[in-house]
Order: sequence, then structure tokens, then C-alpha cells
Amino acid sequence: MTEQTRDIHATSVADAKDAEGAHVYASGGDWDAIVDEAASLHEERIVVNMGPQHPSSHGVLRMIIELDGESVTEAKAGVGYLHTGIEKSMEFRTWTQGVTFCTRMDYVAPLFNETAYCLAVEKLLGITGQIPERATIIRVLLMELNRVASHLVALATGGLELGATTVMTIGFRERERILAIFEMITGLRMNHAFVRPGGVAQDLPPGAIDKVRDTIPLLRRGIGELERLLNENPIVRGRMVNIAYLDLTGCMALGVTGPILRSTGLPHDLRKSDPYCGYENYEFDVPVRDTCDAYGRMRVRMEEMYESLKIVEQAADKLQNTPGPVMVEDKKIAWPAQLAIGSDGMGNSLDHIREIMGTSMESLIHHFKLVTEGFRVPPGQAYASVESPKGELGVHVVSDGGTRPYRAHFREPSFNNLQAFSAMCEGGQLGDVIVAVASIDPVMGGVDR
Amino acid sequence: MNRDDETPDNLPAAQGATPEPVVIDVRQGMFGASDDGDTSGFGGLVTNVLFPAAAARPYGGYFDEIADHLERALVGGSASYAQAIERVVVDRGEMTIFVAREHILGVARALRDDPALRFDMCLGVSGVHYPEETGRELHAVYHLLSITNGGRRVRLEVTCPDDDPHIPSIVEVYPANDWNERETWDFFGIVFDGHPALTRMFMPDDWQGHPQRKDYPLGGIPVEYKGATVPPPDERRKYS
Repeated sequence: MTEQTRDIHATSVADAKDAEGAHVYASGGDWDAIVDEAASLHEERIVVNMGPQHPSSHGVLRMIIELDGESVTEAKAGVGYLHTGIEKSMEFRTWTQGVTFCTRMDYVAPLFNETAYCLAVEKLLGITGQIPERATIIRVLLMELNRVASHLVALATGGLELGATTVMTIGFRERERILAIFEMITGLRMNHAFVRPGGVAQDLPPGAIDKVRDTIPLLRRGIGELERLLNENPIVRGRMVNIAYLDLTGCMALGVTGPILRSTGLPHDLRKSDPYCGYENYEFDVPVRDTCDAYGRMRVRMEEMYESLKIVEQAADKLQNTPGPVMVEDKKIAWPAQLAIGSDGMGNSLDHIREIMGTSMESLIHHFKLVTEGFRVPPGQAYASVESPKGELGVHVVSDGGTRPYRAHFREPSFNNLQAFSAMCEGGQLGDVIVAVASIDPVMGGVDR
Repeated sequence: MNRDDETPDNLPAAQGATPEPVVIDVRQGMFGASDDGDTSGFGGLVTNVLFPAAAARPYGGYFDEIADHLERALVGGSASYAQAIERVVVDRGEMTIFVAREHILGVARALRDDPALRFDMCLGVSGVHYPEETGRELHAVYHLLSITNGGRRVRLEVTCPDDDPHIPSIVEVYPANDWNERETWDFFGIVFDGHPALTRMFMPDDWQGHPQRKDYPLGGIPVEYKGATVPPPDERRKYS
């Protein structure tokens, strides 16, 4: 951490000296000598560069913190260390391939990225009403399980950053149950690329709904364990109550959404205020707190997990009574994803291969065209948003009538929420900075894209 | 574009009723083949990239209310509705208001402060680069949400020419746009005048160029797999 100060710092040493007073740069060497030198200056003001490589910086977040003793007088967040150019790369792939990119943004909640993107593409195509019911329910089921997984990671890593290792082990243990379901349904634990424009890649495998039903009680028990461990824990309360305070006015001004906004008492949830994917047909509550602090956010996340499990149960019931395709009927859009379990894992269905290679040249041409060229999307722009575990995840897509996105922009909730970092930290203690970042729960893959 | 005829939203406006769709670009040929090796005849194709035309009243839904209230809220301000608003597009159930760039701050303030409008949250700004739209190459697209008025949404679009890439910042009205405007400056080179600290968001401070612009190459290297070579993505065949 300290060694990088000289390299990364925007102003050179000479400039900084001119600016104000004497400076001591801590960049290796004997710590006692540095302390002596700093003490001889009678200057309490220190600039600490936390991260980007720091275990409690929640990924590669760089925090530039100005301290007066233990108090934070100024806090800035530096981002960009995980920028991978996902939006630019998407402009050079087909609309369907875009899913493979955007699922990697907020890698803790990949299914929300996929669904938001697909909803936007479907809006552009004008096929929102033609998405099969079953595909929509599968999306809801996966998203709500994913919300639980994401909140578990938020609590687990937040606990770890406070030094509570047990919170981390319980959180990740429970998340593992959800990842096992994802692996069964999508084939992958993360980066699924399972939700596709027009529906989902394939139907649920046999036994998936039973597995979901069997897992829910275990998850309830695990979340209950976390609750008993955290909710009234004096150390947790001491570290979190009234810490990282951000009230409703601050949230609205800074564009903060999700659990942080709901911890100020405003029950704003896109699933209720602007339902998509048929959320109006599910019964669930929007948990709120009015404490505006890190503790309130933790409790909101805790309660939201129970609500999500309620939705998962309802979705499982609905799936049992909703047979049917999982991809839009229009064969000009439906990706030919007829998959089957082969001897070497998941692959193209042999029946499908037999048909396109053996009996129908038209099917072969069609398959080839759709996979290599992709479908065309009428020119225009659209915006679709979903309530991700972190807040409003919006997707702005522009088409020029071609087979590739002309522009895809993601309004990442982590990115916007992280702007509130300064407001939450300034005036507080250095130790509370960690709590503040954990309560924002930014995922840098989403922030930097 | 072969799907144009199937989507009523995207049909060219009826004769004389509303203005013509906006031509963003004119493309020639197909399959990326523009040289004389093309014997298919597709190379002679000329297609216009048509964006939805300006809408005529009634816009439908709550969009008329938004337009009415905005017109009233702008009275007495620095610019009237007719001066500030270039056109209104209603497409795919969404309302886009094209705002003259010098008036974006006033329009944003009216949208936030008027009780009947009260777009209390700005969901950021997204840049789009249309290199062929001469004089309006760079677009800044703002998405606004009104939680107070039951989740109403509106989109503002502001354009600026490539050789004068300046748009007034709306950070003083929507502080949430701080990082978003820095991102759009970083990726598109749009200078948001009045922004408190317009520095790069993601790229290093000394980076040259603005990566999301269409004239900025994606880069990449060819990949060899089992003897065959796959060209980098930006050199592969395009169909549009």
C-alpha cells in the first residue's frame, strides 16, 4: 500500500512540497524512523491510500483518505482498476453474444445483468409480450435465488471485514447451496449466459424444482443462523449503528438505490413500482428500515432474503403448472440452443444435429445464419431496468438496425452507490470507512465494467 | 432492417401527418463486401438507417402531461418550451425529449423542481457516438425517474458536434450525475462545462483518446485454434 504512494500520486514530490508545508512519504523502510520523522513535524494530517490491493477494499477499490488523527476529513474513491471494456466489446459481437459479456459485470449477481440486458433487447425488438410464460418464471426464480446469494456475499464479506470470520463461513456455505442449484440449471456457478434475448437457453433439467424446494428450508435455517449471530450482536451493533449515515435527501441527490435507499424508510423497489417479468403476480413485501445507517442496511438485506425465498417458492409452484417452451416462437430470433447432456458434458442435442445435417438443408442454413450473423434489431433505443440486489440496474441499448448492439450502456447500481462513499465517511472514524464500504456493497466488476 | 415492416413502432410516419424519420447513416452493400469481388449484387444495396420520427400529439400515456407541465414550468425561465425543446420522440413506450444543449440545465431544473413533474432521480448519462450525423455526432442521453409520481420515466437527449464537444453539466441540479458525466467524458470526449472536477473515470489520467467512440479501434489479435486462425473481433465480417 505505502510503496505505491510515490508512483500513483498525481503530483510530484517537488510540487507537493511547494503546495503546503512539509511532507513525509511513507514508502517502505524502517517504520520507527518514519514515525519519528512524522512526529517531529507536529502534523497530525495524514493522507492514506487504501487499496486498490487491500483485503477490506471489497475488490479493487482505491480509497484516498485524508486523516486528522483518527478522523476522516476527506475521502475519495478511485475506481477503474477492473475496467475491461465490456460495453465496447459488446459492440463487436451479436446481440445474443452480448449476454456472455454483461454477465461478467456484477459477477455476484450475474443473472440480473443478463435479464436486464435481455429485457432491453426484447423491448427494442418489440417482442416483450411474446416471451413465453415459463421462461419469465424461470428468470424470476433464478433472479431471486441470485438475490439471496448476492446478499449472503454482502453480509459475509462485510462480516469478514469487521473480523467476524464465522459470518463469512456461514454466508459462503449457504451461498454454495444456491450455486449448486445454478450449476444444475445453467451448467455454471457464475457467468451463466443462461438468459437470452427471447427467453432462456434451455428448460429446467429434471429434478431441478425438487432441488430448489429441498434447498429453501436449509437456506432459511442458514439465514436464521446469520440473524442470530449478527442482529443483536453487541460488537456488530457497536460497529454499525449510526455508522455510515446517509439519509433520504442524500440518497436522492446522489442517485442511490437499493437497500441503502430502503434503509432510509422509502419503500422504493422496481419490482413493486414498475413491475417487469410479472412481479405483480407474486406476493412479497419490501422491507424497510428508518435508521439510515449500516446496521439498517444489513437488516434490510437480511429481511429481503426471506422475501426472495417466498418468491422462489411461488415461482416453483407456478413452474409446476406452466408447461411450454422457454424461447420465443419467432424462429428468426430464437437462438437454436437445443442442448443435451452428452458423454462429454453439455453439448448440442444429437437430434438437432441429425435434423440439420441429415434431413433439412433449410434448417442447416437457418442455424448457420442465426449463429454466425445473428438477428437484426430495428433501429432505435430502449431502456430497461431491474431491481438488482444493489439497486436499479438499467440498460440503455441503441440499435442501428444491424446484428450487433450499436451501443449498450449499463447504469450499474454499484457505480452510482459508490458515489455516496465520501458522504458516508467524511467526519467519521477511519475504522468506520470499512463498515461504510461494506454497507454500500459495491462489486467492482460492475462499477468498472 | 428487414424487420422494419413487422414493427408498427418503427414504420415511417404517415405521409404529411408527422415529420420524416431521422436518417442517422446511409449504408451500402451487405456482408461487408465493398470491393469488386462481389458478384452477388448485394454490394449495390443502399440502406438508410432510420431512427424514429418526432411524435405528434397526443403522445399517449402520461407523456402528454409531462410535455404540458414542462411547457408551463419553462415559462419565465431562460428559454421557452419551443426554444429549448428540439423535438419529442415517443417510441417503444418511451418518451425522448431532445433538448437544445444550451438549455439542458434549465430543462433539468424544471423537471426536478416542478411539483407536477418532480423527476427526483437522475439515472446517469450515457453517451452515443453517431459519426455520420454531421453536426450532431455526439449524443448525451439522460434517464430520469420520478419516484414521487409513481415511477414515471423520461429520457433527455442532447447533441453536440464533434468539433465543439461541449454540453453544460447538470451536476448542480443532479449531483448523482457527477461520476456519470466523468465516465461520458472519459469514453466519448464530451466536455461537460461546469462540472466540479471533470477528470477521467476509468481510464488512466494520461490516456490518449476516448475509447467508446466509433473511430477508436477495439484492438485485438488473431487467435489460432487447431490450425485455423480467427481474426480479432473488429476485423470479422459485419452485416450492417
